Amino acid sequence: MAKTENISKQKIEHIAWLARIELSDEEKKLFTLQINKILEYFKIIEDAKTEDVHPTFNILGLSNVLREDDVKPSQSNVEALKNAPIKERGYFKTTKIV
Amino acid sequence: MVDPYRLTVPEIIAKIDNRELTAEECLSSFLTRIRKIDGKINAFITINHEAAFQRAKNIDKKVRNGERVGTLRGVCIAIKDNICTKGIPTTCSSKMLEHFIPNYNAYVIDKLLEEDAIIIGKTNMDEFAMGSTTENSFFGPTKNPWNLSYVPGGSSGGSAAAVSSCESVLSIGSDTGGSVRSPASFCSIVGLKPTYGVVSRYGLIAYANSLEQIGPMARNVKDLALLFNTMIGHDSMDSTSTSTPYSDYSTFLVDDITDFKLGVPKEFFGEGVDERVAKTVWKGIDKLEALGATCEETSLSTVKYALSAYYLIAMSEASSNLARYDGIRYGYSENSKSENWNNFVSRNRGRGFGSEVKRRIILGTYALSAGYYDKYYIKSLQVRTKIRQEFIKTFNQFDVLIGPTMPIPPFKIGEKIEDPLALYMSDILTVPVNLVGCPAISIPCGFVNNLPIGMQMISPPLREDLLLKASYSFEQNSNLKDRGPKI
Repeated sequence: MAKTENISKQKIEHIAWLARIELSDEEKKLFTLQINKILEYFKIIEDAKTEDVHPTFNILGLSNVLREDDVKPSQSNVEALKNAPIKERGYFKTTKIV
Repeated sequence: MVDPYRLTVPEIIAKIDNRELTAEECLSSFLTRIRKIDGKINAFITINHEAAFQRAKNIDKKVRNGERVGTLRGVCIAIKDNICTKGIPTTCSSKMLEHFIPNYNAYVIDKLLEEDAIIIGKTNMDEFAMGSTTENSFFGPTKNPWNLSYVPGGSSGGSAAAVSSCESVLSIGSDTGGSVRSPASFCSIVGLKPTYGVVSRYGLIAYANSLEQIGPMARNVKDLALLFNTMIGHDSMDSTSTSTPYSDYSTFLVDDITDFKLGVPKEFFGEGVDERVAKTVWKGIDKLEALGATCEETSLSTVKYALSAYYLIAMSEASSNLARYDGIRYGYSENSKSENWNNFVSRNRGRGFGSEVKRRIILGTYALSAGYYDKYYIKSLQVRTKIRQEFIKTFNQFDVLIGPTMPIPPFKIGEKIEDPLALYMSDILTVPVNLVGCPAISIPCGFVNNLPIGMQMISPPLREDLLLKASYSFEQNSNLKDRGPKI
């Protein structure tokens, strides 16, 4: 394969960090190889003429769907915490953030 | 008497109504079938044993008392494991959600329960619906019931295999880039990707929300239409929910396609499409022509950009959607001790997600990052506009566009899993539909070396009626409808 590397291993490490995904060394190497190959294929869209073409974010062309601000029942504290790995006194518990 | 697990939806309902069969007996028949063969197929992650029996007994009681019963009374249905079911584990085939139990039902689940369907279990899939073979599952791959060494397609492979092998009457999948149609094609069943918006996505665990729809899967077109009827309707919990022009799609099941205008885009038979697949599908098109449809070649010049645009959009949306999995509120979590929060969350995600999910999140994060956002993400959305415009224009001339569902026949488990790009390529004929938002159906069309080949029909938005009518006519005049896998 022609070595037109789009993205280096260091770059993959940085993006994985932005995405908060810890990768093993092996994964970093493999993903660099695979992602380069995939990006090489994706380049085909550069050929498409898209000057002055609007991007389609949503095919329904919706902007804001509004409703009355009525309070409706929602899940209880106990239910909302049911799937939490660690909880304490009615709260989610996690490690120190700052 | 025929084993109940082989019956169609109208047959089950008729037998329950005239007391030849109880919902409980019917359910038992399926559970016995699952016990006997699912060890080989691995279509199910969870069997909803006790709750299903409770429901069956309730339905039988209602029938005995002459109370009102729903349109799917006693009919067993299997649900893809990315659709939330209250009290039943919903794993997305991921270690991340291995122990996740939703405390609410998806909109479609509530609708199915209202109509007295019985949820028999949750089906295997590619992790977070990312894949085309059902090999990317934390719970091991699903096997194709037609040949156990082959993939069943994906990502709704468990749902397709369950229906194909008579482990369930009906099933539900989700289709982001072909995930209902691909396994329907590989397992020789019928699978519909509805118009974007007509089935509420409330309770569908998000992967790429501007592309995905929940879709019905069945062994025949009538069963599929009856299931589709129960899934539609406006839902205020999904801001993209729209209403359908019809409420009963079974009225379109008429064996008559005279005056139907079929368009065959030459790109659907172009590069990368296996000759044997092309030949099988052309025979299907010839049959429709013989039945009275007119058929004309056409061209969709923009579809060559569809795969790249699709994957860039899907990955970008995925990187945002899957940011919620931090292992704090729910999901896989390591022991935290008192370490740095960033490291803690990164490790949860690094170990909770499988390879394909991580690859797509990283690629999506890259495509949305500063300096690449316009080059990849916005460019893809502009390409999407062009593809959509070309499809809409082509629909001025045709009722239905037609071609193969998959460019290749089913392949062996393990054959392509090491090469992500090769697997992406197998979606080349299904992804344009999701970019456009129109509906498409895959129906059994024939076999190559005893492996199923599916035919895809695509219609303008909200014209599911055309797809069902053409599919029904084709099915009634083909010799495939009674053919099932020998398992």
